[in-house]
Amino acid sequence: MQIIVQVALVLAVIIVSLALMRGGSNARHLAIRRIMLVLFAFLAALSIFFPELLTRVARLLGIGRGTDLVLYGLIVSFLVFMATTYQRFRHMESTLTKLSRRIALDETPPPGVDGPPERKEAEPDRRLTPPAHGGQ
Amino acid sequence: MSRTWIVIPMYNEASVVGTVIEGLRKEFPHVVCVDDGSTDGSQDIARQAGAVVVQHPVNLGQGAALQTGIEYSLQDPQLDCIVTFDADGQHRVVDALAMADRIRSGEADVVLGSRFLDDRTKLSPLKRLVLRTAAVQSRMSTGMALTDAHNGLRAFSPTVARGINLRQNRMAHASELVHQLAEMNPRWVEHPVEIIYTDYSKSKGQSLLNSVNIVADLFFR
Repeated sequence: MQIIVQVALVLAVIIVSLALMRGGSNARHLAIRRIMLVLFAFLAALSIFFPELLTRVARLLGIGRGTDLVLYGLIVSFLVFMATTYQRFRHMESTLTKLSRRIALDETPPPGVDGPPERKEAEPDRRLTPPAHGGQ
Repeated sequence: MSRTWIVIPMYNEASVVGTVIEGLRKEFPHVVCVDDGSTDGSQDIARQAGAVVVQHPVNLGQGAALQTGIEYSLQDPQLDCIVTFDADGQHRVVDALAMADRIRSGEADVVLGSRFLDDRTKLSPLKRLVLRTAAVQSRMSTGMALTDAHNGLRAFSPTVARGINLRQNRMAHASELVHQLAEMNPRWVEHPVEIIYTDYSKSKGQSLLNSVNIVADLFFR
């Protein structure tokens, strides 16, 4: 019985993560994530006040204690959180890349149609943006 | 008149990039150096050496710099070939010249450098093993029979260059590039090149541990 619950939980992690990762930031997914969060918070609070209630549910599922059930739920929601956050970061990174590239290209005169560029002596910095610090 | 552009991604390479660009400019008058947010004055050195410098306002990674350089070169209506070249002096200008000639003669649309086609390049056994494994992996996943999947010296025809869109900013861009090339299915060849491992390029180059990051990037894209 326990192994079935464990397999079901792992499957739930994968399916929910995939479902939430796809489409990323649309309103429906955000709503689902928020509902899940509220539900989880509610269950967690409930388990503090009525530990035996969750334990009964856990027994039903073949898991030892109610707190274990909460722990499993926490792991699932943490993984979903990680997956969606990762996705959001990737999205933000690609936006930043496009923006930076546009700035970089706009600040450089495009290749002319005449011959090879002249050898220039320490041309003044014509960038509008201040130089970056830090990096990697 | 036709033009070949050399694209050099650069990040804090002040001590070597000047020499590299001067060496290139004897054969290739058009060099674009994409500065990826260097803080050591590499930009001025590159400009004095005669390269066009395109500056990222923040550090984005080598893949992003390559893509920027390719897009800059594509603005040139007389473009006939794009060659990517590393800033740390590990590539040879003669190799780049031979590869550009193979593009310009119309022999191929893509010429990829490989350090395993002859025995000029000296490698440690472990590094050789990792690079060979990477080549086998990319062959299995793309069907392109490459011998060296992570060589920075490559030449593209403008048509192929227009089809390249690197989204992997950091180190996994080499694998991504091979994937995109495989999808375009151009006429491609490998060209034997020598990689010169100086103490400098060794210290700048990727450590073998970085292959872990590459694999992770490819898995979670």
